[in-house]
Amino acid sequence: MNDNKIIRVTGLKKHYFGGKVKALDGIDLDIERGEVVVIIGPSGSGKSTLLRSLNLLELPTAGQIFFNGTDITDKKVNINSHRQKMGMVFQHFNLFNNMNILKNMTIAPVQLLKRTKAEAEEKALQLLKKVGLEDRANAYPSQLSGGQKQRVAIVRALCMEPQVMLFDEPTSALDPEMVGEVLDVMKSLARDGMTMAVVTHEMGFAREVADRVIFMDEGRIIETGTPEEIFTTPQSPRLQDFLSKVL
Amino acid sequence: MDSLDIVLIFQDLKDTFYRCFIVEDRWKWLVEGFGKSLVITFFAVLIGLVCGVLLAAIRSSYDKNEESLRMKGGFGFWGLRFLNTVSKVYITVIRGVPVVVQLMIWYFVILVSQKNDVIIAVFAFGFNSAAYVAEIFRGGIMAVDNGQFEAGRSLGFNYIRTMKNIIIPQAVKSTLPTLLNEVIALLKETSVAGYVGIMDLTKAGELIVGRSFESFMPLIAVAIIYLITVIVLTKVFTAIERRLRRNER
Repeated sequence: MNDNKIIRVTGLKKHYFGGKVKALDGIDLDIERGEVVVIIGPSGSGKSTLLRSLNLLELPTAGQIFFNGTDITDKKVNINSHRQKMGMVFQHFNLFNNMNILKNMTIAPVQLLKRTKAEAEEKALQLLKKVGLEDRANAYPSQLSGGQKQRVAIVRALCMEPQVMLFDEPTSALDPEMVGEVLDVMKSLARDGMTMAVVTHEMGFAREVADRVIFMDEGRIIETGTPEEIFTTPQSPRLQDFLSKVL
Repeated sequence: MDSLDIVLIFQDLKDTFYRCFIVEDRWKWLVEGFGKSLVITFFAVLIGLVCGVLLAAIRSSYDKNEESLRMKGGFGFWGLRFLNTVSKVYITVIRGVPVVVQLMIWYFVILVSQKNDVIIAVFAFGFNSAAYVAEIFRGGIMAVDNGQFEAGRSLGFNYIRTMKNIIIPQAVKSTLPTLLNEVIALLKETSVAGYVGIMDLTKAGELIVGRSFESFMPLIAVAIIYLITVIVLTKVFTAIERRLRRNER
Protein backbone atom coordinates (compact mmCIF):
# COMPACT_ATOMS: atom_id res chain seq x y z
CA MET A 1 0.00 0.00 0.00
CA ASN A 2 1.15 3.47 -0.81
CA ASP A 3 2.60 4.87 2.40
CA ASN A 4 1.62 8.36 1.51
CA LYS A 5 -2.05 7.59 1.95
CA ILE A 6 -3.08 8.26 5.53
CA ILE A 7 -6.70 7.23 5.02
CA ARG A 8 -8.07 4.78 2.51
CA VAL A 9 -11.75 3.97 2.28
CA THR A 10 -13.00 1.10 0.16
CA GLY A 11 -16.57 0.12 -0.59
CA LEU A 12 -17.94 1.93 2.44
CA LYS A 13 -21.66 1.50 3.02
CA LYS A 14 -23.93 2.68 5.78
CA HIS A 15 -27.50 1.44 5.68
CA TYR A 16 -30.33 2.14 8.07
CA PHE A 17 -33.54 0.22 8.64
CA GLY A 18 -32.20 -2.95 7.07
CA GLY A 19 -31.11 -1.29 3.85
CA LYS A 20 -34.14 0.89 3.20
CA VAL A 21 -32.08 4.03 3.74
CA LYS A 22 -28.63 4.12 2.21
CA ALA A 23 -26.74 6.97 3.83
CA LEU A 24 -23.52 5.77 2.22
CA ASP A 25 -23.75 3.57 -0.82
CA GLY A 26 -20.28 2.40 -1.75
CA ILE A 27 -17.64 5.06 -1.10
CA ASP A 28 -14.04 4.75 -2.25
CA LEU A 29 -11.72 7.50 -1.11
CA ASP A 30 -8.03 8.09 -0.45
CA ILE A 31 -6.63 10.94 1.55
CA GLU A 32 -2.92 11.67 1.31
CA ARG A 33 -0.73 13.11 4.00
CA GLY A 34 -0.86 16.89 4.02
CA GLU A 35 -3.87 16.97 1.76
CA VAL A 36 -6.91 19.14 2.38
CA VAL A 37 -10.04 17.40 1.14
CA VAL A 38 -13.31 19.31 1.19
CA ILE A 39 -16.55 17.40 0.91
CA ILE A 40 -19.58 19.27 -0.42
CA GLY A 41 -23.07 18.24 -1.34
CA PRO A 42 -26.73 18.84 -0.57
CA SER A 43 -28.03 18.04 2.90
CA GLY A 44 -28.79 14.37 3.29
CA SER A 45 -26.15 13.44 0.74
CA GLY A 46 -24.18 11.46 3.34
CA LYS A 47 -21.18 13.75 3.64
CA SER A 48 -21.36 14.03 7.42
CA THR A 49 -21.95 10.31 7.71
CA LEU A 50 -18.83 9.70 5.64
CA LEU A 51 -16.74 12.00 7.79
CA ARG A 52 -18.05 10.50 11.02
CA SER A 53 -17.32 7.04 9.69
CA LEU A 54 -13.64 7.88 9.34
CA ASN A 55 -13.17 7.68 13.12
CA LEU A 56 -16.03 5.21 13.55
CA LEU A 57 -18.45 7.52 15.28
CA GLU A 58 -20.71 5.97 12.67
CA LEU A 59 -20.30 2.24 12.31
CA PRO A 60 -20.25 1.19 8.66
CA THR A 61 -22.53 -1.55 7.42
CA ALA A 62 -19.93 -2.74 4.93
CA GLY A 63 -16.55 -1.74 3.56
CA GLN A 64 -13.18 -0.98 5.04
CA ILE A 65 -11.39 2.05 6.39
CA PHE A 66 -7.62 1.97 6.57
CA PHE A 67 -5.84 4.45 8.80
CA ASN A 68 -2.06 4.36 8.48
CA GLY A 69 -2.47 1.01 6.79
CA THR A 70 -4.54 -0.56 9.60
CA ASP A 71 -8.07 -1.63 8.87
CA ILE A 72 -9.88 0.08 11.74
CA THR A 73 -13.19 -1.58 10.91
CA ASP A 74 -11.63 -4.84 12.04
CA LYS A 75 -13.36 -5.95 15.24
CA LYS A 76 -10.06 -6.69 16.95
CA VAL A 77 -8.67 -3.19 16.46
CA ASN A 78 -8.69 -0.91 19.50
CA ILE A 79 -10.35 2.12 17.97
CA ASN A 80 -9.50 4.39 20.91
CA SER A 81 -5.79 4.44 20.16
CA HIS A 82 -6.50 5.36 16.54
CA ARG A 83 -8.98 8.07 17.49
CA GLN A 84 -6.23 9.73 19.51
CA LYS A 85 -4.49 10.45 16.21
CA MET A 86 -7.61 11.77 14.47
CA GLY A 87 -8.81 15.13 15.72
CA MET A 88 -12.45 15.94 15.24
CA VAL A 89 -14.31 19.23 15.23
CA PHE A 90 -18.10 19.20 15.46
CA GLN A 91 -20.81 21.50 14.21
CA HIS A 92 -21.95 22.17 17.77
CA PHE A 93 -18.44 22.51 19.27
CA ASN A 94 -19.11 19.99 22.04
CA LEU A 95 -16.74 21.53 24.54
CA PHE A 96 -17.02 19.75 27.86
CA ASN A 97 -19.44 21.91 29.82
CA ASN A 98 -18.18 20.70 33.18
CA MET A 99 -14.60 21.88 32.64
CA ASN A 100 -12.93 25.20 31.99
CA ILE A 101 -11.14 25.78 28.71
CA LEU A 102 -7.73 24.75 29.96
CA LYS A 103 -9.08 21.50 31.42
CA ASN A 104 -10.98 20.85 28.19
CA MET A 105 -7.67 20.98 26.36
CA THR A 106 -5.44 19.17 28.81
CA ILE A 107 -7.54 16.29 30.10
CA ALA A 108 -7.01 14.06 27.07
CA PRO A 109 -3.23 14.59 26.71
CA VAL A 110 -2.74 14.08 30.45
CA GLN A 111 -4.86 10.94 30.70
CA LEU A 112 -4.17 9.36 27.34
CA LEU A 113 -0.71 10.54 26.28
CA LYS A 114 0.59 10.57 29.87
CA ARG A 115 1.78 14.15 29.60
CA THR A 116 2.44 15.95 32.85
CA LYS A 117 -0.09 18.61 33.75
CA ALA A 118 2.53 21.33 33.28
CA GLU A 119 3.54 20.11 29.83
CA ALA A 120 -0.06 19.82 28.68
CA GLU A 121 -0.95 23.26 30.02
CA GLU A 122 2.04 24.89 28.41
CA LYS A 123 1.09 23.41 25.07
CA ALA A 124 -2.56 24.35 25.54
CA LEU A 125 -1.72 27.96 26.37
CA GLN A 126 0.57 28.14 23.37
CA LEU A 127 -2.23 26.97 21.10
CA LEU A 128 -4.77 29.27 22.75
CA LYS A 129 -2.42 32.16 22.09
CA LYS A 130 -2.27 31.19 18.45
CA VAL A 131 -6.05 31.53 18.15
CA GLY A 132 -6.12 34.66 20.29
CA LEU A 133 -7.85 33.19 23.31
CA GLU A 134 -5.06 32.89 25.87
CA ASP A 135 -6.94 35.19 28.24
CA ARG A 136 -9.95 32.82 28.30
CA ALA A 137 -8.08 29.78 29.61
CA ASN A 138 -9.99 29.78 32.89
CA ALA A 139 -13.38 30.57 31.41
CA TYR A 140 -16.11 27.95 31.09
CA PRO A 141 -17.59 27.07 27.69
CA SER A 142 -20.89 28.78 28.54
CA GLN A 143 -19.01 32.08 28.83
CA LEU A 144 -17.66 32.00 25.27
CA SER A 145 -19.22 33.02 21.97
CA GLY A 146 -19.83 30.43 19.28
CA GLY A 147 -16.78 31.43 17.31
CA GLN A 148 -14.61 31.32 20.40
CA LYS A 149 -15.97 27.90 21.32
CA GLN A 150 -15.17 26.53 17.89
CA ARG A 151 -11.64 27.92 17.97
CA VAL A 152 -11.17 26.25 21.34
CA ALA A 153 -12.61 23.02 19.96
CA ILE A 154 -10.05 23.08 17.16
CA VAL A 155 -7.09 23.63 19.45
CA ARG A 156 -8.46 21.08 21.91
CA ALA A 157 -8.20 18.50 19.15
CA LEU A 158 -4.73 19.77 18.25
CA CYS A 159 -3.53 19.21 21.81
CA MET A 160 -3.57 15.48 21.02
CA GLU A 161 -1.15 16.15 18.12
CA PRO A 162 -3.37 14.36 15.61
CA GLN A 163 -2.17 13.23 12.19
CA VAL A 164 -5.43 14.22 10.56
CA MET A 165 -8.21 16.63 11.44
CA LEU A 166 -11.85 15.95 10.62
CA PHE A 167 -14.20 18.92 10.44
CA ASP A 168 -17.94 18.27 10.46
CA GLU A 169 -19.61 21.47 9.26
CA PRO A 170 -17.55 23.57 11.67
CA THR A 171 -19.16 26.89 10.77
CA SER A 172 -22.78 25.86 10.21
CA ALA A 173 -23.91 26.69 13.75
CA LEU A 174 -22.15 30.06 13.88
CA ASP A 175 -23.48 33.56 13.52
CA PRO A 176 -22.31 34.92 10.17
CA GLU A 177 -19.89 37.40 11.69
CA MET A 178 -18.06 34.59 13.49
CA VAL A 179 -17.54 32.33 10.51
CA GLY A 180 -14.44 34.20 9.40
CA GLU A 181 -12.49 33.77 12.61
CA VAL A 182 -12.99 30.01 12.54
CA LEU A 183 -12.15 29.68 8.85
CA ASP A 184 -8.96 31.70 9.46
CA VAL A 185 -7.82 29.18 12.04
CA MET A 186 -8.55 26.35 9.63
CA LYS A 187 -6.70 28.09 6.83
CA SER A 188 -3.59 28.55 8.93
CA LEU A 189 -3.81 24.92 9.93
CA ALA A 190 -3.92 23.93 6.28
CA ARG A 191 -0.94 26.16 5.55
CA ASP A 192 1.01 24.40 8.29
CA GLY A 193 0.55 21.18 6.37
CA MET A 194 -2.14 19.46 8.45
CA THR A 195 -4.05 16.70 6.74
CA MET A 196 -7.69 17.78 6.77
CA ALA A 197 -11.05 16.40 5.76
CA VAL A 198 -13.70 19.09 5.86
CA VAL A 199 -17.43 18.88 5.37
CA THR A 200 -18.68 22.39 4.76
CA HIS A 201 -21.09 24.66 2.98
CA GLU A 202 -18.44 27.39 2.72
CA MET A 203 -17.71 27.26 -1.00
CA GLY A 204 -15.24 30.13 -0.68
CA PHE A 205 -13.20 28.11 1.77
CA ALA A 206 -13.34 25.05 -0.47
CA ARG A 207 -12.16 27.04 -3.45
CA GLU A 208 -9.34 28.75 -1.58
CA VAL A 209 -7.96 26.01 0.65
CA ALA A 210 -8.87 22.62 -0.77
CA ASP A 211 -6.42 20.49 -2.67
CA ARG A 212 -9.31 18.35 -3.74
CA VAL A 213 -13.06 18.82 -3.64
CA ILE A 214 -15.48 15.92 -3.45
CA PHE A 215 -19.12 16.30 -4.42
CA MET A 216 -21.51 13.80 -2.89
CA ASP A 217 -25.15 13.07 -3.50
CA GLU A 218 -27.40 10.26 -2.32
CA GLY A 219 -24.62 8.44 -0.54
CA ARG A 220 -22.23 8.37 -3.48
CA ILE A 221 -19.27 10.39 -4.66
CA ILE A 222 -20.50 11.97 -7.86
CA GLU A 223 -17.53 14.05 -8.82
CA THR A 224 -14.08 14.75 -7.50
CA GLY A 225 -11.39 17.14 -8.63
CA THR A 226 -9.43 20.28 -7.93
CA PRO A 227 -11.43 23.32 -6.83
CA GLU A 228 -10.87 24.70 -10.30
CA GLU A 229 -12.37 21.62 -11.95
CA ILE A 230 -15.30 21.39 -9.57
CA PHE A 231 -16.31 25.04 -9.46
CA THR A 232 -15.38 26.21 -12.95
CA THR A 233 -15.98 23.20 -15.14
CA PRO A 234 -18.41 20.92 -13.32
CA GLN A 235 -19.21 17.83 -15.38
CA SER A 236 -22.26 16.13 -13.89
CA PRO A 237 -25.68 17.77 -14.15
CA ARG A 238 -26.28 17.22 -10.44
CA LEU A 239 -23.15 19.15 -9.47
CA GLN A 240 -24.06 21.89 -11.93
CA ASP A 241 -27.50 22.06 -10.39
CA PHE A 242 -26.09 22.12 -6.85
CA LEU A 243 -23.62 24.87 -7.65
CA SER A 244 -26.26 26.98 -9.34
CA LYS A 245 -28.18 26.91 -6.05
CA VAL A 246 -25.36 27.62 -3.62
CA LEU A 247 -23.11 30.01 -5.52
CA MET B 1 -63.69 35.24 77.38
CA ASP B 2 -62.37 36.20 80.79
CA SER B 3 -59.04 35.39 82.27
CA LEU B 4 -60.34 32.30 84.03
CA ASP B 5 -61.21 30.70 80.72
CA ILE B 6 -57.72 31.31 79.42
CA VAL B 7 -56.27 29.75 82.53
CA LEU B 8 -58.53 26.73 82.08
CA ILE B 9 -57.61 26.30 78.43
CA PHE B 10 -53.98 26.57 79.34
CA GLN B 11 -54.42 24.03 82.13
CA ASP B 12 -56.20 21.71 79.75
CA LEU B 13 -53.38 21.92 77.19
CA LYS B 14 -50.87 21.24 79.90
CA ASP B 15 -52.78 18.13 81.01
CA THR B 16 -53.02 16.88 77.47
CA PHE B 17 -49.35 17.50 76.88
CA TYR B 18 -48.57 15.66 80.08
CA ARG B 19 -50.66 12.68 79.10
CA CYS B 20 -49.21 12.58 75.60
CA PHE B 21 -45.54 12.97 76.23
CA ILE B 22 -44.61 12.87 79.91
CA VAL B 23 -46.46 9.87 81.36
CA GLU B 24 -44.40 6.69 80.97
CA ASP B 25 -41.76 8.89 79.28
CA ARG B 26 -43.85 8.65 76.13
CA TRP B 27 -41.74 11.34 74.42
CA LYS B 28 -38.96 8.77 74.36
CA TRP B 29 -41.12 6.55 72.12
CA LEU B 30 -41.18 9.33 69.59
CA VAL B 31 -37.44 9.83 69.87
CA GLU B 32 -36.77 6.12 69.46
CA GLY B 33 -39.26 5.85 66.64
CA PHE B 34 -37.69 8.82 64.90
CA GLY B 35 -34.30 7.18 65.33
CA LYS B 36 -35.59 4.03 63.66
CA SER B 37 -37.14 6.01 60.82
CA LEU B 38 -33.83 7.77 60.23
CA VAL B 39 -31.78 4.57 60.38
CA ILE B 40 -34.13 2.83 57.95
CA THR B 41 -34.09 5.81 55.60
CA PHE B 42 -30.31 6.22 55.77
CA PHE B 43 -29.44 2.63 54.96
CA ALA B 44 -32.26 2.32 52.44
CA VAL B 45 -30.90 5.39 50.63
CA LEU B 46 -27.46 3.79 50.68
CA ILE B 47 -28.72 0.54 49.18
CA GLY B 48 -30.85 2.51 46.75
CA LEU B 49 -27.89 4.58 45.56
CA VAL B 50 -25.48 1.69 45.16
CA CYS B 51 -27.92 -0.64 43.43
CA GLY B 52 -29.53 2.21 41.52
CA VAL B 53 -26.19 3.34 40.09
CA LEU B 54 -25.40 -0.22 39.14
CA LEU B 55 -28.75 -0.68 37.38
CA ALA B 56 -28.43 2.68 35.65
CA ALA B 57 -24.91 1.80 34.51
CA ILE B 58 -26.16 -1.43 32.95
CA ARG B 59 -29.18 0.18 31.32
CA SER B 60 -27.38 3.22 29.91
CA SER B 61 -24.30 1.24 28.82
CA TYR B 62 -26.55 -1.04 26.86
CA ASP B 63 -28.47 1.85 25.32
CA LYS B 64 -25.32 3.76 24.40
CA ASN B 65 -23.32 0.81 23.04
CA GLU B 66 -26.01 -1.40 21.61
CA GLU B 67 -25.05 -0.80 17.99
CA SER B 68 -21.32 -1.36 18.33
CA LEU B 69 -21.76 -4.32 20.66
CA ARG B 70 -24.25 -5.92 18.32
CA MET B 71 -21.73 -5.65 15.50
CA LYS B 72 -18.96 -7.15 17.59
CA GLY B 73 -21.33 -9.82 18.89
CA GLY B 74 -20.04 -12.47 21.23
CA PHE B 75 -20.21 -12.56 24.99
CA GLY B 76 -20.01 -8.80 25.50
CA PHE B 77 -23.23 -8.21 23.64
CA TRP B 78 -25.23 -11.14 24.97
CA GLY B 79 -23.97 -10.66 28.51
CA LEU B 80 -24.91 -7.02 28.63
CA ARG B 81 -28.17 -7.70 26.87
CA PHE B 82 -29.04 -10.29 29.51
CA LEU B 83 -28.17 -7.93 32.37
CA ASN B 84 -30.17 -5.18 30.69
CA THR B 85 -33.23 -7.40 30.45
CA VAL B 86 -32.91 -8.48 34.08
CA SER B 87 -32.61 -4.81 35.13
CA LYS B 88 -35.66 -3.86 33.12
CA VAL B 89 -37.75 -6.63 34.65
CA TYR B 90 -36.56 -5.71 38.13
CA ILE B 91 -37.45 -2.05 37.65
CA THR B 92 -40.85 -2.92 36.20
CA VAL B 93 -41.75 -5.27 39.04
CA ILE B 94 -40.54 -2.96 41.81
CA ARG B 95 -42.31 0.05 40.38
CA GLY B 96 -45.47 -1.91 39.76
CA VAL B 97 -46.00 -3.20 43.28
CA PRO B 98 -46.94 -0.95 46.23
CA VAL B 99 -44.13 -0.58 48.70
CA VAL B 100 -46.32 -1.77 51.60
CA VAL B 101 -46.94 -5.02 49.77
CA GLN B 102 -43.22 -5.37 49.09
CA LEU B 103 -42.51 -4.74 52.77
CA MET B 104 -44.95 -7.45 53.79
CA ILE B 105 -43.44 -9.89 51.30
CA TRP B 106 -39.99 -9.23 52.76
CA TYR B 107 -41.35 -9.59 56.29
CA PHE B 108 -43.56 -12.62 55.89
CA VAL B 109 -41.90 -14.46 52.99
CA ILE B 110 -38.30 -13.66 52.12
CA LEU B 111 -36.81 -12.77 55.50
CA VAL B 112 -39.31 -14.60 57.65
CA SER B 113 -36.54 -15.92 59.93
CA GLN B 114 -34.93 -12.52 60.38
CA LYS B 115 -35.55 -11.20 63.89
CA ASN B 116 -34.29 -7.67 63.38
CA ASP B 117 -37.22 -5.84 61.84
CA VAL B 118 -35.15 -2.76 60.99
CA ILE B 119 -33.00 -4.85 58.66
CA ILE B 120 -36.13 -6.11 56.93
CA ALA B 121 -37.34 -2.56 56.44
CA VAL B 122 -33.93 -1.43 55.15
CA PHE B 123 -33.99 -4.20 52.54
CA ALA B 124 -37.56 -3.56 51.50
CA PHE B 125 -37.23 0.21 51.17
CA GLY B 126 -33.67 0.05 49.82
CA PHE B 127 -34.36 -2.35 46.99
CA ASN B 128 -37.54 -0.47 46.26
CA SER B 129 -35.73 2.84 46.05
CA ALA B 130 -33.03 1.34 43.81
CA ALA B 131 -35.50 1.02 40.95
CA TYR B 132 -36.43 4.68 41.16
CA VAL B 133 -32.84 5.87 41.61
CA ALA B 134 -31.83 3.77 38.60
CA GLU B 135 -34.33 5.54 36.39
CA ILE B 136 -33.38 8.94 37.79
CA PHE B 137 -29.70 8.36 36.98
CA ARG B 138 -30.40 6.81 33.62
CA GLY B 139 -32.55 9.78 32.73
CA GLY B 140 -29.75 12.11 33.81
CA ILE B 141 -27.16 10.26 31.77
CA MET B 142 -29.30 10.10 28.65
CA ALA B 143 -30.16 13.78 29.01
CA VAL B 144 -26.53 14.88 28.63
CA ASP B 145 -26.14 15.96 25.02
CA ASN B 146 -24.74 13.11 22.95
CA GLY B 147 -22.25 15.55 21.44
CA GLN B 148 -20.43 15.56 24.78
CA PHE B 149 -20.13 11.79 24.53
CA GLU B 150 -18.96 11.89 20.92
CA ALA B 151 -16.40 14.59 21.67
CA GLY B 152 -14.98 12.46 24.46
CA ARG B 153 -14.81 9.37 22.28
CA SER B 154 -13.32 11.30 19.37
CA LEU B 155 -10.38 12.36 21.55
CA GLY B 156 -9.70 8.69 22.22
CA PHE B 157 -11.28 8.23 25.64
CA ASN B 158 -12.78 4.79 26.04
CA TYR B 159 -16.40 4.40 27.11
CA ILE B 160 -15.71 4.24 30.84
CA ARG B 161 -13.38 7.24 30.90
CA THR B 162 -15.82 9.25 28.81
CA MET B 163 -18.57 8.49 31.29
CA LYS B 164 -16.37 9.21 34.29
CA ASN B 165 -14.75 12.42 33.04
CA ILE B 166 -17.55 14.00 31.09
CA ILE B 167 -21.01 12.45 31.27
CA ILE B 168 -21.47 11.45 34.90
CA PRO B 169 -20.31 14.76 36.44
CA GLN B 170 -22.88 16.55 34.29
CA ALA B 171 -25.59 13.96 34.93
CA VAL B 172 -25.14 14.03 38.70
CA LYS B 173 -25.49 17.78 38.78
CA SER B 174 -28.73 17.72 36.84
CA THR B 175 -30.22 14.82 38.82
CA LEU B 176 -29.61 16.25 42.30
CA PRO B 177 -33.03 17.90 42.64
CA THR B 178 -34.80 14.70 41.56
CA LEU B 179 -32.60 12.66 43.84
CA LEU B 180 -33.55 14.87 46.76
CA ASN B 181 -37.16 14.24 45.87
CA GLU B 182 -36.53 10.50 46.06
CA VAL B 183 -34.84 10.78 49.48
CA ILE B 184 -37.74 12.83 50.83
CA ALA B 185 -40.26 10.41 49.41
CA LEU B 186 -38.36 7.51 50.92
CA LEU B 187 -38.25 9.08 54.37
CA LYS B 188 -42.00 9.54 54.29
CA GLU B 189 -42.63 6.11 52.79
CA THR B 190 -40.93 4.49 55.78
CA SER B 191 -44.00 5.57 57.75
CA VAL B 192 -45.73 2.42 56.51
CA ALA B 193 -43.19 0.30 58.40
CA GLY B 194 -45.75 0.06 61.20
CA TYR B 195 -47.71 -2.28 58.95
CA VAL B 196 -45.40 -5.08 59.98
CA GLY B 197 -45.11 -3.85 63.56
CA ILE B 198 -41.92 -1.84 63.27
CA MET B 199 -41.93 0.91 65.89
CA ASP B 200 -40.95 3.83 63.67
CA LEU B 201 -41.95 7.44 64.23
CA THR B 202 -45.46 7.06 62.84
CA LYS B 203 -46.13 3.87 64.76
CA ALA B 204 -44.87 5.53 67.94
CA GLY B 205 -47.31 8.37 67.42
CA GLU B 206 -50.10 5.87 66.86
CA LEU B 207 -49.18 4.10 70.06
CA ILE B 208 -49.38 7.32 72.04
CA VAL B 209 -52.79 8.02 70.52
CA GLY B 210 -53.95 4.60 71.67
CA ARG B 211 -52.63 4.97 75.19
CA SER B 212 -53.47 8.59 75.88
CA PHE B 213 -56.80 8.76 74.03
CA GLU B 214 -55.49 12.00 72.56
CA SER B 215 -55.06 12.25 68.82
CA PHE B 216 -54.32 15.90 68.06
CA MET B 217 -51.08 16.45 69.90
CA PRO B 218 -49.23 13.20 69.17
CA LEU B 219 -50.07 13.28 65.46
CA ILE B 220 -49.17 16.94 65.10
CA ALA B 221 -45.90 16.19 66.88
CA VAL B 222 -45.17 13.38 64.43
CA ALA B 223 -46.06 15.60 61.50
CA ILE B 224 -43.81 18.39 62.71
CA ILE B 225 -40.86 16.03 63.16
CA TYR B 226 -41.20 14.76 59.57
CA LEU B 227 -41.62 18.29 58.30
CA ILE B 228 -38.51 19.59 60.04
CA THR B 229 -36.46 16.64 58.81
CA VAL B 230 -37.54 17.28 55.23
CA ILE B 231 -36.72 20.98 55.55
CA VAL B 232 -33.25 20.16 56.86
CA LEU B 233 -32.66 17.65 54.05
CA THR B 234 -33.73 20.21 51.49
CA LYS B 235 -31.32 22.76 52.91
CA VAL B 236 -28.45 20.27 52.79
CA PHE B 237 -29.13 19.36 49.17
CA THR B 238 -29.56 22.97 48.13
CA ALA B 239 -26.17 23.73 49.64
CA ILE B 240 -24.58 20.84 47.71
CA GLU B 241 -26.22 22.01 44.49
CA ARG B 242 -25.02 25.55 44.99
CA ARG B 243 -21.49 24.34 45.56
CA LEU B 244 -21.51 22.25 42.38
CA ARG B 245 -22.86 25.14 40.42
CA ARG B 246 -20.17 27.46 41.76
CA ASN B 247 -17.51 24.96 40.71
CA GLU B 248 -18.77 24.71 37.18
CA ARG B 249 -20.83 27.81 36.58
